[in-house]
Amino acid sequence: MAKALEYRDVSFSYGEESAFRMEHLNFSVEEGEFVAVLGHNGSGKSTLARLANGLLVPDGGEVAVFGTTVTQKNLFDIRRQVGIVFQNPDSQAVASIVEDDVAFGAENVGLPREEIGERIEFALRAVGMEEYRTATVSRLSGGQKQRVAIAGVLALRPKIMILDESTAMLDPRGRREIVEVVKELNKREGITVLLITHFMEEALLCSRAVVMNRGEIVMQDTPEGIFRRGEELVTYNLALPRIGEICNRLRAGGMEVPYTLGVDALAEEIAKCVS
Amino acid sequence: MLKDVSFGQYYPVKSFVHNLDPRLKILFLIGYIVAIFLAKELLALGVAAAVLLLAVLFAHIPFGKVLRAVRGVLFLVLFTAVLNLFFHGGDAVYWDAPAVLWEWKIFRVTQAGIMFSVFLILRLFLLVICSSLLTYTTTPVSLTDGIESLLTPLKWIRFPVHELALIMSIALRFIPILMDETERIMNAQKARGAMLDSGGPAKRVKAIVPVLIPLLLSAFRRADELGDAMDARCYSGGKNRTKYKKLHFSWRDLFALVLLAALIAGIVVMRFFPVFPL
Amino acid sequence: MRIVAEHLSYTYNADSPFATKALDDISLTIEEGEFFGIIGHTGSGKSTFVQHLNGLLRLPSSLKRGKKKDPAVLTVGEFDLTSRKTNFRALRRQVGMVFQYPENQLFAETVFEDVAFGYKNFAEKKPEADEVARAVREALEEVGLDYGEVKGMSPFDLSGGQKRRVAIAGVIVTKPEILVLDEPAAGLDPLGKREVMELLHRLREHWCKTVVVVSHDMDEIAENCTHVAVFAEGKVKKVLPPAELFPHAEELLSLGLDIPLTAKLVLALRKRGMEIDCDYTVEDFVKKVLAQKGEKC
Repeated sequence: MAKALEYRDVSFSYGEESAFRMEHLNFSVEEGEFVAVLGHNGSGKSTLARLANGLLVPDGGEVAVFGTTVTQKNLFDIRRQVGIVFQNPDSQAVASIVEDDVAFGAENVGLPREEIGERIEFALRAVGMEEYRTATVSRLSGGQKQRVAIAGVLALRPKIMILDESTAMLDPRGRREIVEVVKELNKREGITVLLITHFMEEALLCSRAVVMNRGEIVMQDTPEGIFRRGEELVTYNLALPRIGEICNRLRAGGMEVPYTLGVDALAEEIAKCVS
Repeated sequence: MLKDVSFGQYYPVKSFVHNLDPRLKILFLIGYIVAIFLAKELLALGVAAAVLLLAVLFAHIPFGKVLRAVRGVLFLVLFTAVLNLFFHGGDAVYWDAPAVLWEWKIFRVTQAGIMFSVFLILRLFLLVICSSLLTYTTTPVSLTDGIESLLTPLKWIRFPVHELALIMSIALRFIPILMDETERIMNAQKARGAMLDSGGPAKRVKAIVPVLIPLLLSAFRRADELGDAMDARCYSGGKNRTKYKKLHFSWRDLFALVLLAALIAGIVVMRFFPVFPL
Repeated sequence: MRIVAEHLSYTYNADSPFATKALDDISLTIEEGEFFGIIGHTGSGKSTFVQHLNGLLRLPSSLKRGKKKDPAVLTVGEFDLTSRKTNFRALRRQVGMVFQYPENQLFAETVFEDVAFGYKNFAEKKPEADEVARAVREALEEVGLDYGEVKGMSPFDLSGGQKRRVAIAGVIVTKPEILVLDEPAAGLDPLGKREVMELLHRLREHWCKTVVVVSHDMDEIAENCTHVAVFAEGKVKKVLPPAELFPHAEELLSLGLDIPLTAKLVLALRKRGMEIDCDYTVEDFVKKVLAQKGEKC
């Protein structure tokens, strides 16, 4: 079966002057996966996202979505399948009213009116914003704005959704809202999710995490596996999630807690060691 | 928090007038302006004012709000009126006898001049009230929808109606954001000691650079991001695009249309068969 | 300089249908030398409060003569912010303010010019070139940038983390006594975040006497702050040192606020019958946990 998303030998640069290079990158995502992409600013995470739906075109190699290579000719079909939610909650909405904005993508692909109405309803319900259908976008909180942005992408019924640092500008509550919504979409709708972030804690919810550095994928593992290699993470300008740091310190102090990343799990282990 | 003073001053209540088709409201405004400039006697203007009063009542807009709109142009209107009062030579276009009431050097007050000034004041006030009634009762979005729909015939001469409407709606969407941004940047520069509201003109122009440049950069950055977000949602111009929101012409609109037609007809009739000729 | 606020209220767009009460009769004192944390949701009034500290928002009594005297007291050191006679310019020199995403305020052609902007603005008379250069150099070095390397560069060619540090240099260049920062680490990656937090420590040690930081990052608050004020719905709910605040973890959670990881662990351990009496820094938490283990052995 074809992979949901596959980068085959992809090379890319932003022109001669730019220091950034992506060379012969190979990477794939299975249908239904929930993958976290970690990396410091400028590591190539966003480039990876934009290559997936043809916003950027590789200099060499190819990107395939469910087996179909992305070309200039099939952009429209590819973008219906691969939705991207971006970083800034204030610069993605086209319309001032929530439902008008959610409708935008569905209007672009020429769906009939009744169906657009149904899709708005579906999308807003999926992100828990059905009560805000006629609200003004600029009056919503950051987290709500990003949920509207997700709904706008969902209205196209994509099979893959990429969140390109969509939580970076939100407060903790907003971040939680977004991650929960996305987790739910992955579980209930079976949408393949690529969560690009530099909040290590968010990666803990994913089934797989990859770490990027200088346009390369340098680590791939389960989140636990990644964080067990904390020192390596630091060399890629990333930091261990705080809970990992506590584990390390406890172990250094002679308390043999296994490497755990959940608060309850760690408390359980500590309690076991002490009693 | 500038953004709380919403652009276009839409006044969010439910009313008969709010629910009217925006196209009709735009047409009403145009028709109304034509009518008040056709009217040449006070009775006609009085009728027009009564119709507008009725509309304001039906719109559930507090009179204070309406008067505030007038206050904004008060000085301009009075200034023009005073000029006309003294310099309107009394070349009687509407009135037969240029009875001079008072004269001093180049200043001359005539009966016609007084009438002209009074008419001018009334007309401009009615015009301002009527147009603010439109923006009070119509969201910017439906206003753009209305304009787009009214301009649709222009598609025949390849006028980019859809693009124009999209530009308008995006502009409206980003106005509160950019106003917010302006305030933030101004605050940041003020905190660094910038004097944004004092000094002579040259100084002020120079002082605006630290606000203008970050603002422009941010606008460009947003434009870039918005472009990507639109592309990612399959935007490719107006071709093969459907529209979710349809404008509906209902019995209310018919009622308003009839009222407008009656008003214009009445005023036109009165123009040729004056009731109280002056 | 000590900051004292009593009965401070503020309403945006007063007398309009959009009137919103942002501050509702708050009282708060920040002593000189504190690393003072302010936490609360967007819209809790915390930004409105800090914008009063350098007179970006002003009390009505400081703007209009004969305005009905309200009961508010607001002083920053010697400055009485309720009075019309206050020299707000002099105040701003003493109270530096770093806004969210401060890199968005950069405008000059070179890093040097941008950092010098505030210094020149606040100078009593036109400063000598070498005097400006000295101040700019010190500020840039303080934020950890190489003066020789970056001074001639366009600020827009720098990386995100560097831009932010240039913006901070542009605020500290006048050596303010009090430095107020709104979410100084927002949007940065983990490395950039750590650098900014280290910078704040350095600044407090030998540059500014008092640091006031508005933040959502409870872990950083727990690690660093001397006192924390909790804002909610325009009121100050609590002002306590972290060690005394986070025992109220459940209350914070009910306000929809986050709590530090150490507090979460303390709660989870309590459920399992273990009491950890720590000050909520990672170091102390680990020490106390290990101590309990030691007792058992």
